[in-house]
Formats: sequence, C-alpha cells, structure tokens
Amino acid sequence: MKSLADLEALRKKAQESTRLRTGEKGTKVIVGMGTCGIAAGARDVLAAIMDEIEKRGLDDVMVTQTGCVGMCEQEPMVEVIQGENRVMYGLVDAEMARKIVAQHVVNNQIIGEWVIQKK
Amino acid sequence: MRELSLHILDIIQNSIEAGASEVSLVIREDPEEDVFRITITDNGRGMSPEMVETVKDPFVTTRTTRKVGLGIPLFYTASRQTGGDLEIQSTLGLGTEIRVHFRRSHIDRAPLGDIAATVTTVLGGHPDLGFVYRHRFRDRVFELNAAEIRAGLEDVSLSHPMVLGWIREYIQEGLAELYGGENE
Repeated sequence: MKSLADLEALRKKAQESTRLRTGEKGTKVIVGMGTCGIAAGARDVLAAIMDEIEKRGLDDVMVTQTGCVGMCEQEPMVEVIQGENRVMYGLVDAEMARKIVAQHVVNNQIIGEWVIQKK
Repeated sequence: MRELSLHILDIIQNSIEAGASEVSLVIREDPEEDVFRITITDNGRGMSPEMVETVKDPFVTTRTTRKVGLGIPLFYTASRQTGGDLEIQSTLGLGTEIRVHFRRSHIDRAPLGDIAATVTTVLGGHPDLGFVYRHRFRDRVFELNAAEIRAGLEDVSLSHPMVLGWIREYIQEGLAELYGGENE
C-alpha cells in the first residue's frame, strides 16, 4: 500500500531522472483541455502522451494544456511545436497520441492524414 | 460526459481559470441515503449574484472565444437527470462553491470513472495548486492533500511524470480500500 512514507524514496528517484525542459531546442506539445476537449476525450489523450514520454525517457518535451481554441468539433486536439514548425492534429485518441509521440516528436515525421488546418 | 470525473475536471479548470490558488474536491457517497454528492470549492475571483443566477444557461459565459460555456450547464443537466441538483454559492473576491448531488442508484447516474486521471491532469498542469481531495464512502474516508505531497518531495515538482504516476496509484489504491471490494 502506498503511503506518504514513500515520498522520500520517490524524491530521490525523481531527482536522479530530472528532465530538462529546454524551451528553445526541445519540443512543446499542447493538448486542448477545455470543456469540448474534455468531453471528447482529451484527458485520456494527455495521459497517453505523458505515459509515452515517460516510457521513452524523452527529456526535452514540454507538455501543457490549453483551453478551447474554437474548433470544438476537432477535439481532442494536439499541437506539436518544434522550433518554427507548428502542427495541429485533430480528432486524436490515445492510440494516435502515442503514434504522434513516436513518429513526430521522436522522429520528426508529421502524420499528414491527422493534421487539421487552422481556420 | 461519460464520467462524473470528467465534469469534475472541467469545473476545477474553471476554478483555476478564475485565479484560484486553493481548490478542494469533496465527494460523498452514501448508498443508504442513495446520494452521490460532489462539492468543488475554490478561492478564485468569484461570481456576481447575476452570474450565479444565470450561469446554468449555456449561453452565459465569461469566455471570449465562443458565446457558449457548457461546463456548468452540462453538470447541472447530468444531476437533474437523476433527480438531483446543482447549487452555486459565490462571492466576488472570495471564491466559489459548486455543490452537485445525484441519486446514486439512478440508472442515468454516470459512473465516477477515472478520478485519479482527473487529479493527475490537474496537478500535472498546476503542480503548485493548493489541492485537497476528500472522498467519503459510508463511514470511511480517503484523503489526498497536495501540500503534504509537496512537503515530502521538497524541490521535486508534482508535475514530474514519476510523481504523477505515484499519485495515480496512491489514489487508485486508496479508493479500492475505501470501497472495500463493494462495487461502485
């Protein structure tokens, strides 16, 4: 059973694997988490992205949440920003989110068929 | 929404949007009284009396990107569908309390769902938030206090993936013990 007594050990473990979040060189992933996003399943998309990043030991990815951006019918949406390049994916589910991390975040391969254009 | 925990996530996002530095989530389940009660309290900027009266209307919102704000209306409708209700108490400059209750056994009462995911989503995005989650089932209570966890972690952020993973399991185990093997 977990208890607060675990925190000392957890702290040490986490410190050993501290991730550097370099805003410039690294990748930024933004997940829509407004009412529309939440209703469409964004919470589980975010969880899948965090899990995939953790599993792959990626240390230069920053994941943040945003509110509704006004394209509710496309939610859940995930934006991947690498330097000057911004790509917006729409109708993302947990499985697609993992592939986005694997292919786009890690290998810089945009998955064209899932991309939506901003109005 | 498919799970009550998704409504909860939505409302807590409202609290944060309103500038809250402290949010409390209290869930009380009483199978004997057949009640499922959720109370979300924050110390954000609060609402005017006019806002409190009209906010259940989906066309009343503080948002500027759209003319609809569905968070409270959806939660309100969900509660009414089970014979419950949603009440708002708010004071400008002090904060807001949203109290929702459902008839627990009603067939249209959505399951609580993955509340651990809701909590880790909140804390992952806002690791310094004052957050307390208290869940009562019959005469047993499970509680999580973000401040206690931060104290134990010292300079490690709550948003660290390892920490979020621990919090997730801590909640899942705590709730399993809370329900004591009884089905939700």
